Amino acid sequence: MAGLSELLVSSLILIGAFFLFVGSFGLVKLSDVMRRLHAPTKSTTLGIGSLLIASMLYFALLRDAPSLHELIISVFLFLTAPIAAHMISKAHILRNRALQQQLPAPPGEEGWATLDPHGVDEARPTEPAQPPR
Amino acid sequence: MIATACLVAVGVISVSVLMNLYRLGTGPDVLDRILALDTLAVNAIGLIVVIGIWFDTSLYFEIALLFAAVGFLSTVAFCKYLLRGNVIE
Repeated sequence: MAGLSELLVSSLILIGAFFLFVGSFGLVKLSDVMRRLHAPTKSTTLGIGSLLIASMLYFALLRDAPSLHELIISVFLFLTAPIAAHMISKAHILRNRALQQQLPAPPGEEGWATLDPHGVDEARPTEPAQPPR
Repeated sequence: MIATACLVAVGVISVSVLMNLYRLGTGPDVLDRILALDTLAVNAIGLIVVIGIWFDTSLYFEIALLFAAVGFLSTVAFCKYLLRGNVIE
């Protein structure tokens, strides 16, 4: 039983390290900012999740000291990694003038979120107008 | 077996940290450098977790949580500065 647990924890550690390596290799290998954005933000999240599962299983099965710190870290990373990728892609669209010419027209009244000079949020007043006294 | 797996994992993650440092140094755009910093923070978290398993201590997880928070906040602050020219408006 202990041998099976050790095998499980070891394989999860190796899988996590492999996916971290794949993310960093894609960061070096790929050619464009938008292409480079794919490799770290997806593969690295999977790798770090596997490492945290390995840590939880190690302390719960082999050391009889289950802890929930890893769960906090994994929830925080899984929530924040897409937001960071979204912010980087928005900044890239704002900074790249040739890319802005290729964007299709969005449906509705609003423009693209980073490019609209006065969006719906700013055009609409936040408070109702004061009645004259 | 777990010690061997931890040794191999520390080696592999160290190589990926070196690749992140390469992209951080030679990134043609600012956004490449921001992305490399974000990935570097995540790799540091992975290294801390593996070393925590290897040394059989749960002392390091607060440090990993701190790395996660600071990495995310620095990425968002850099991108906000590039988007708006200001961090706190």
